Amino acid sequence: MLTSIITFYIFRAVDEDRKIEYKAAVKIQSWFRGCRVRAYLRYLNKMVIFIQKWWRGYRSRRYFSKLVEIQKRWRGYYVRKYIHNYYALKKYLEAISVNNEIVSELQDYKEMKENEEKRKYLEKKEKEEKYQARKMHYLLSTEQIAGIYNSPFRKSPDPMELLLRKSKPLSHRQQQTKSPFDYELYDWPTCKRPPTFSTAQPLPPTGRQKPQGPFRDTTEVLRQRYKPLEPTLRVAASINSPPEKAREEMKREEWRNRIHDNEFLPFSSYHKNQKYDPSIHRSGKYGQETYGIKHFREVQPKKWVANKDFQTVLPPIVLFEKFGKTYSRAGQIV
Amino acid sequence: MSQRQVLQVFEQYQRARTQFVQAVAELAARPQNIETLQNAGVMSLLRPLLLDVIPTIQQTAALALGRLANYNGDLAEAVVKGDILPQLVCSLSEQNRFYKKAAAFVLRAVGKHSPQLAQAIVQCGALEMLVICLEDFDPGVKEAASWALGYIARHNSELSQAVVDAGAVPLLVLCIQEPEIALKRIAASTLSDISKHSPELAQTVVDAGAIAHLAQMILNPDAKLKRQVLSALSQIAKHSVDLAELVVEAEIFPVVLTCLKDSDEYVKKNGATLIREIAKHTPELSQFIVNAGGVAAVIDCIGSCRGTVRLPGIMMLGYVAAHSENLSMAVIVSKGIPPLCACLIEEHEDHIKAAAAWALGQVGRHTPAHARAVAVANVLPTLLAIYMDTRSSEDLQMKTKKALKNILQKCTYLPALEPLLHDAPPNIMKHIVGQFSKMLPHDSKARRLFVTTGGLKKVQEIKAEPGSLLQEYINTINNCYPEEVVSNRVLQLIVATN
Repeated sequence: MLTSIITFYIFRAVDEDRKIEYKAAVKIQSWFRGCRVRAYLRYLNKMVIFIQKWWRGYRSRRYFSKLVEIQKRWRGYYVRKYIHNYYALKKYLEAISVNNEIVSELQDYKEMKENEEKRKYLEKKEKEEKYQARKMHYLLSTEQIAGIYNSPFRKSPDPMELLLRKSKPLSHRQQQTKSPFDYELYDWPTCKRPPTFSTAQPLPPTGRQKPQGPFRDTTEVLRQRYKPLEPTLRVAASINSPPEKAREEMKREEWRNRIHDNEFLPFSSYHKNQKYDPSIHRSGKYGQETYGIKHFREVQPKKWVANKDFQTVLPPIVLFEKFGKTYSRAGQIV
Repeated sequence: MSQRQVLQVFEQYQRARTQFVQAVAELAARPQNIETLQNAGVMSLLRPLLLDVIPTIQQTAALALGRLANYNGDLAEAVVKGDILPQLVCSLSEQNRFYKKAAAFVLRAVGKHSPQLAQAIVQCGALEMLVICLEDFDPGVKEAASWALGYIARHNSELSQAVVDAGAVPLLVLCIQEPEIALKRIAASTLSDISKHSPELAQTVVDAGAIAHLAQMILNPDAKLKRQVLSALSQIAKHSVDLAELVVEAEIFPVVLTCLKDSDEYVKKNGATLIREIAKHTPELSQFIVNAGGVAAVIDCIGSCRGTVRLPGIMMLGYVAAHSENLSMAVIVSKGIPPLCACLIEEHEDHIKAAAAWALGQVGRHTPAHARAVAVANVLPTLLAIYMDTRSSEDLQMKTKKALKNILQKCTYLPALEPLLHDAPPNIMKHIVGQFSKMLPHDSKARRLFVTTGGLKKVQEIKAEPGSLLQEYINTINNCYPEEVVSNRVLQLIVATN
C-alpha cells in the first residue's frame, strides 16, 4: 500500500516535470536554429555584396575610364602651368639674382661713407697741423736768419715753413681757472666724472740753484716770493671803496636770504594755505591820491593861448657845422 | 657780536656740508673706495643731506647716493631699506632740473640691479613722478627720466606693464622726436625695453605711433642711435605676424639693408636681427624680404664680419629657407651656402656653429636639387666632422645630426655621398646607404662607379645587425650586382685593378 502511494507520488512528480522539460527543450532548439539560419543569411548577404561590388566597380571603371583620362590631363596641365611652373620659377630666381646685384651696389654706399670718414679725419688732422703751426710760429725764418724748417742746404724750404708763413701766431690767452664745483652736475648723462676741486696754493718750485753773484740765499728769496698775502686790517676792510663794500653787502644779503627763504618744504600743498597779507599802506581804508602817481603838475587848459605846444627855435651852432672840416682830416678813409 | 659774525657760523657750517657731500660724491665715483665709505656709514649721513636747505647740497647728495647704488645691488638695497626713495620721489616734482636729474639717476641706479629693487621703486610711486619729468622742458631731465623708466621696464613684463600704465609711452614717443640725439637714443632704448616682453606691450607702443618715427631714424648718421632704433623695431616685430607687418608697412625695407653695410658692428647685428624677426613669421614676409634683395645683403653681411654679429644673419637665412622650397632656392641662388659653410669652419663658438648647421639643414632638406647644391659645396664632410668631434657640445651635435639627416635623405648626388661611407657612424651610415640603395637599382653608370671607387667593398665591410633597416639597404644594394661580384675576392680584384 505504502509503496503504491510512493510510486504514485513519484509518477506524479515526473509527469509534472515532463511538461516543463519539454517546453525548455523546444525553446533551446528554436534559439539555436534561429542563430544558425541568421548566420547563414548574413553570410549570403556578404557574398552578394562582394559580387555586386566587383561587378559594379568593373562596370563603372569601364564606363568612366575616358572621363578620368580627360580629368588627369587637365589637372596636370593646370598644375604645371599655374602652380609648379618651372619656367616661372627659373625666371623668378634670375630676377632675384639680378636684384641681388643691385643690392650689392650698396657697397658703393659703404665706400661713400668710408670716404666721408676719411675726409673728416683729414680735416681734423689739417686743423691740428694749422694749430701747431700757429703755436710754433716763432720758428719762422726772418730776413736775416733762416729758421729750422728753412735749411740753406736744401733746394726748397720744408712745407712746414710755408705753413708757418701763412699762419698767424697765437695770441696770449688767459689761463682759465675753472671753479672746481662748476660742472659737477652738468656732465650728464654718465655721472662718472668726479667733481675735482683744487686743494691749496701752488707749491713753490724746488731745486732752484743760487745764481752766481751777490744774491741772497735762494730759500729766503723763495719764501719772500711765495709768501701769502697779508694785507693790513685797513686794506682788508676796504674802507675806501664804498661800491665794493656795497656789493659785498648785497652778496651777503643774498646768501642770508637763501638760507632763510628757500626753505626745503617736502610737500607742495604747504604753500596753498598761506594767505596774502597786504602792506599797511595798501590796506588803509582811505583811498590813495592820484597826485604823484598818475600826474605830477596841475594843468589848467583854460589859460592856454593856443592848443599846440610852443616850438623852441635855436640858431645853429657854427662850431658843430665845421666839425671835421676845419681842423684835421683824421678818421677819413683814404 | 655783529650780524656778520653770527652769519659766519652758518656760512662755515654750510661750507663744511658742501665740502663733505662733494668729497663723498667724488670718492663714490671710484669703486675701490666704496667698501670704506659703506663701512663709515655713509648712507645714514647722506640721508639728512637729501633734505638740506641748500639745493646744491641736495643735488650732490643725490648724486653721491646714485653712484653708491650704481655700484652693486647690496648698496642699492641699502638705499631702499633706508627709506630714501619716498623722500626723493616727493621732492622730484618740486625741485629744479639739476635735482631732478640727480634723483632720476638714483632711481635708475637702484632699479637696474634686480626686479625686486625695481618693484620697490614702483611701489614708492616713482613712476608717476618720472612720467611728469618726461614732460619737463629740459632735455637732460627727460633723458634721465627716460633712462630710469627703461631700467625699470627691462626686468619683466609686470614692471613693464606698470611703466605703460603710468602713461609713459606717448611721452617717450614725443621724446624720440626731440632734436637731441642722446635723448632720442635713450627714448628708443626704453621703448625697446618696454616692447620686448609681450605682444600686448608691443601693441601699446605701436598704438602710440612709435613705428613711423623709429623708421624715419634708420638713416640717421649717428651709429648709437641707429642701434637703439633697430633694436626697438626688432623687439616690436618679434611678437606676431600683425606687428611684423606693421613694421614692414613703415617702408623700412630697402633702407634697412644699408644698415647691414654699416661700419658699426652692433648696427649690423641689430639690423640683421630686425630682418630675422620679420622673416621668421610667414612665407609671405620672407618672400617680401627676398624680393627686396634682403637675402643678398644678409649674405654679404655674414661674409664681412666675425663672431656673434653673424648669428642673427645666419638664423635669418635658416628661417627663410625653412619656409618653402622656392625661398630655399632663392638662398642658394643668392650664393648663400659658401658663407654659411665658412661660418661652420671659422667660428669658435658652438652656438654659432649650431646655427649655421641648422640653417644648412633647412636649405638642403626640400628637394634633391637643394640637397645637391648643399652637397656640392662640400658641406657634408664638415658637418660630419663636427658631429664626430668630441669637443662639440650636445646641442651642436644634435643640430648637426639633424641637418645631416635632412640633407642626406634628399641627396642624390652620389660623388658627395661616397667619401662619407668611410667615416660615418652607424646612425648616419643608415641614411647614406639608404640613398645608395634607392639610387643604384635605377642607374647603371652609378653602379659601375660604385664598384670601381670601392664603395661596394666598404658596404660589404659594414657590420649590420640582421633584420635591421641598414641590413635591408645593404641587401638591396647587393641584389643589384651578380653573385660573384659581391663575393669578396672578385671585389678586391676589381678595386685593385682600378
